[in-house]
Amino acid sequence: MNKTVNQKAWFLILPVLILVGFSAVIPLMTVVNYSIQDTFGNNVFFPAGLDWFRDTLQSDRMWSSLRRQLTFSAIILAIEIPLGIFIALNMPKGGFWASFCLVMMSLPLLIPWNVVGTIWQIFGRVDIGLLGHTLARMGIDYNYTQDALDAWFTLVLMDVWHWTSLVALLAYAGLRSIPDAYYQAAKIDQASRWKVFRYIELPKMQGVLMIAILLRFMDSFMIYTEPFVVTGGGPGSATNFLSIDLVNVALGQMDLGPAAAYSIMYYLVILLISYVFYTVMINLDKRDGMK
Amino acid sequence: MTVAGTNNASTVVRRRRRAVVIDKKKALVMGLYLIFLMLPIYWLLNMSLKSNAEIVGDLTLLPQDFTLENYTTILTDPSWYMGYVNSIIYVTINMMISLAVALPAAYAFSRYNFMGDKHLFFWLLTNRMAPPAVFALPFFQLYSSVGLFDTHLAVALAHTLFNVPLAVWILEGFMRGVPKEIDETAYLDGYSFSRFFTRIFMPLIAPGIGVTAFFCFMFSWVELLLSRTLTGSDARPIAAIMTRTSGAAGVDWGVLAAAGMLTIVPGALVIYFVRNYIAKGFALGRV
Repeated sequence: MNKTVNQKAWFLILPVLILVGFSAVIPLMTVVNYSIQDTFGNNVFFPAGLDWFRDTLQSDRMWSSLRRQLTFSAIILAIEIPLGIFIALNMPKGGFWASFCLVMMSLPLLIPWNVVGTIWQIFGRVDIGLLGHTLARMGIDYNYTQDALDAWFTLVLMDVWHWTSLVALLAYAGLRSIPDAYYQAAKIDQASRWKVFRYIELPKMQGVLMIAILLRFMDSFMIYTEPFVVTGGGPGSATNFLSIDLVNVALGQMDLGPAAAYSIMYYLVILLISYVFYTVMINLDKRDGMK
Repeated sequence: MTVAGTNNASTVVRRRRRAVVIDKKKALVMGLYLIFLMLPIYWLLNMSLKSNAEIVGDLTLLPQDFTLENYTTILTDPSWYMGYVNSIIYVTINMMISLAVALPAAYAFSRYNFMGDKHLFFWLLTNRMAPPAVFALPFFQLYSSVGLFDTHLAVALAHTLFNVPLAVWILEGFMRGVPKEIDETAYLDGYSFSRFFTRIFMPLIAPGIGVTAFFCFMFSWVELLLSRTLTGSDARPIAAIMTRTSGAAGVDWGVLAAAGMLTIVPGALVIYFVRNYIAKGFALGRV
């Protein structure tokens, strides 16, 4: 849509600016402030320069958390995006069953995150959980509190359970917006199912899929509550993701300086990757607009 | 001839519709997926209806010794059920604040070009990307210093951090779908901006508002880290109260499961009420 230039539009945005300014800029400034100061307590601060950043960058603990985090996000995206598209393609197109599927699929999305953690913590236990018990019966040595691989398996399965529906719902929305005429044209051309998907459905879903990827990346990168409840970062530090590590430093040890430096770098990584996604998204939008 | 033609067409439509309904492969895929989704929830429900002795005893697929005791424990104890009330209060406040500020902003973004609009939009989105773990401590200090600590408003305001950007984002998508001619016609007819916005524009994007409210509800309802950090005892959300089931005598699994089941209820109700909006909103092709 061609928009008109109107500087007064700023007034419409003002409430958002004030609100988000209050709840984002002030706290962020506090963080920046801590990140360059040191204290001996009693609220006496002195500048520490960039020491905290240097320390954090040199800490093995941070790097291994980051590595774990990236691996986790990559696995999550690699499973959930294709699976979500696949589910969306198989969803009923309308009527009672479509509403039924929508409602059932939204259910995991609305469960508080720590309850999700609790559900899987129970579900995976060998003594009282269905999953753990069944696996044990089948002779598989499964114990997510002891074995790092099992812990990862549980967390990934939990996340797939929790969030695939979001991707599926978004992809479904994209699919629903394709006019019937496209399918009819494809039918006339006798296009195969794969070609319909590749040349009609996938390009039309591009926009929502980018949103899905962006949301899933950001949320999986910030994941805290679920792994905290299920594994608490263990066994050892096998599932110690960035957020868990950060909260340990900030609220556990009350190391304000290092925690603040850690926070800023954490935030910057997310910003950087998201910015790349966002730019790609905008460019895709623009290209579509020109067509 | 023409009559026969339409008849033919309608049989084709009917046949296609039937083909949609009895596509077995699709039904199988969806069935398996829904079973996968429901299995852990079923297990939680199953556990919540058992006594603790039975839970730690033998593994049973259906409660042998059916009991509602776990639920009565929660629903008769104010320190338990107030958690639900607290959560619902701050979620509602958050939903109202988010929508109230996001509506005009989304309108501005969807209709006008102005200085710095693209950067502003991205900056707003970056707040959606901020890890709550980063903000937990500064929020705690900020809200303590302005005397909002342990109030519903504090949690609601903290949650606007990620809900407002999301609301603006979703609403902007919906508003872009409304032709601009409608605005212009309304102004020519002598509508003032506020009258146009509330009488004509908002009804037009009602599905969008429904979907946005749904997402605001969802992200505020499920968040734990911030709501736990910002509350003491008066505004404690249910999610945080649940953590106390693990006491000296081990974990009270039955009550924990029952509390978990009850947290699912408000979400399920919300989905049920907005299901048509959601379907319609999704059909518009954006979130």
